[in-house]
Amino acid sequence: MSYRLTQNEADAVFAELLKKFDIYAPHRHVCAGRYSDDDIVKYDKVESLSDVEYKKKSDYPMKEVISPIQQALFYFTEDEYRESKVSSRPILIFARPCDINAQKIQARIYAGNGGFTDSYYERMKDRVKYILMDCEGGDDNCFCVSMHTNKTDNYSLAVKFHEDGSLFVKVKDQDFDNYFQEIKEIEFEPEFVNKNELKVTVPVIKDHETLNKLKAHPMWNEFNSRCISCGACTIACSTCTCFTTKDIIYGDNPEVGERRRIESSCQVDGYTTVAGGISYRKTAGEKMRFKMLHKFHDYKERFVDSDMCVGCGRCTARCPQFISITTTLDKMSKAIEEIEKGEV
Amino acid sequence: MENIVQPKPYKISEVRHETDLEYTFRFDTDIKVNHGQFLMLSIPKIGEVPISVSDQGDGWLEFTIRKVGKVTNVIFEKVAGDVMFLRGPYGNGWPMDKFQGKHLIVIAGGTGVSPVRSTLNFCARNEGFVKDVSLICGFKGCNCILFKSDLEKWQNNFKHTWLCLDNEDKEGFCRGFVTNYIKELPLNEYEDNYEIIVVGPPVMMKYVGLELIKNGFSEEKIWMSFERKMSCGVGKCGHCRIDEYYVCTDGPVFPYKIAKNLVD
Repeated sequence: MSYRLTQNEADAVFAELLKKFDIYAPHRHVCAGRYSDDDIVKYDKVESLSDVEYKKKSDYPMKEVISPIQQALFYFTEDEYRESKVSSRPILIFARPCDINAQKIQARIYAGNGGFTDSYYERMKDRVKYILMDCEGGDDNCFCVSMHTNKTDNYSLAVKFHEDGSLFVKVKDQDFDNYFQEIKEIEFEPEFVNKNELKVTVPVIKDHETLNKLKAHPMWNEFNSRCISCGACTIACSTCTCFTTKDIIYGDNPEVGERRRIESSCQVDGYTTVAGGISYRKTAGEKMRFKMLHKFHDYKERFVDSDMCVGCGRCTARCPQFISITTTLDKMSKAIEEIEKGEV
Repeated sequence: MENIVQPKPYKISEVRHETDLEYTFRFDTDIKVNHGQFLMLSIPKIGEVPISVSDQGDGWLEFTIRKVGKVTNVIFEKVAGDVMFLRGPYGNGWPMDKFQGKHLIVIAGGTGVSPVRSTLNFCARNEGFVKDVSLICGFKGCNCILFKSDLEKWQNNFKHTWLCLDNEDKEGFCRGFVTNYIKELPLNEYEDNYEIIVVGPPVMMKYVGLELIKNGFSEEKIWMSFERKMSCGVGKCGHCRIDEYYVCTDGPVFPYKIAKNLVD
């Protein structure tokens, strides 16, 4: 069932929802961006509908709500590791299809890969329901249509914000019916983006020989001088899951502390360094090759039904060196063509 | 829901100094492991490291650890009676069912001897599990020799044994890399009924693989164990991934036909 809510009605429903749920949404932080007078939009716990930034795609992905950039796993004393706890309150997240679809990809790694399910991911994921946000095609970095992540039916509510402050809502999950009892029904269905400015084709790597030739292709050398291996792309990525575990001790009592999980990046130095100092993939080009092939080959080889990218374009937007993932993907396609023609 | 990264305390019952840099720690524990699996060893305030089981028995596990990093430096301060934290076991381990009844060839170098020591001791203790063992075992120099009493036992129990030192001379040891002795393995004697374990530093494993193929051994029968950085050991943190494989859950043991294609 669908409704059109006036601003007051929408605020009232939101206030009711807040009684039961922690609500997260993209939120604009004024002048907190990386340049002077530049805002940043990222996911935050919100207290009113006016806190929701619905026009601009968030600079950082929705995954931060479910798999935070850092979290305590255990608190320890000399002889005990005690698991950290989280609230059991259910969570509602305002999200676009790309971010919702990204969770399918994250879940395949956190929940099940190698036969193990991560309880820290599960304890968050199990609390989450989505409010699908209307998306009118994103920005000039978006390519969700190419990645087939422009649509989803994984939502409880779908909303469209109107300029006059009113809100179109579709209630898909009957658990939410009672929030709208006093409101008159209308016809409303969420619309999905069906065209982006950017279009990409993910190349097919047909065999191991082609893959190994692509790994050795000179195309990756470009990144040795361009990429600064800062990892901004992976932090901004909707799907990246890698983390490092780090123990920290409290200043007042060095016998007590916590084991934290901190988001990590295959792009930064030390990611592969084992005790004794041996490390693998030392150059920026090798690291870029590893990331690109994970996104557009290795993940699909393992999990079969999708690549590890939802086309949100945040990596391109956040790169301080203006490296575009779609251009890099095009370069990969060209390199594969050269390999198949026997030119390399 | 079970927390898969929860470390649990176990008591160290014995610490043996193998070399100045390598100690073997024995823990009292009922954890059951397959030969070639690893556990995460954990010290509050410092961190966690994946370490292969270097031997096992009823109610105990041993780990042979090289003092090379932040965590292992602290582990080396531990003495018998101290408590440390373990979680696991993880990984696949050696395919013992494939080894049973065959000639087993083991080529190991340096600390790489640790992940295969429990298999070698199992074969030595259980005569008849494999037909026989051919061992090529190499260390850098006299100061790096591990498991001295085991080496002696293996030399007496196994059909063929080559102990080598890369560039030093010592009684009972040949001089040179393990790769130099592959051509001395009696391929005909194995009658196509053999399996090969290779474990050691990455460069060593690469050249041992090539040398084995050059000498007519079948790539289908070669198994290699990998070592990579790991934060979780359970397929989540991503550090150990190579191509579509996770060393922690798909490995650390890989058949050569996969291992030879893995490019980090």
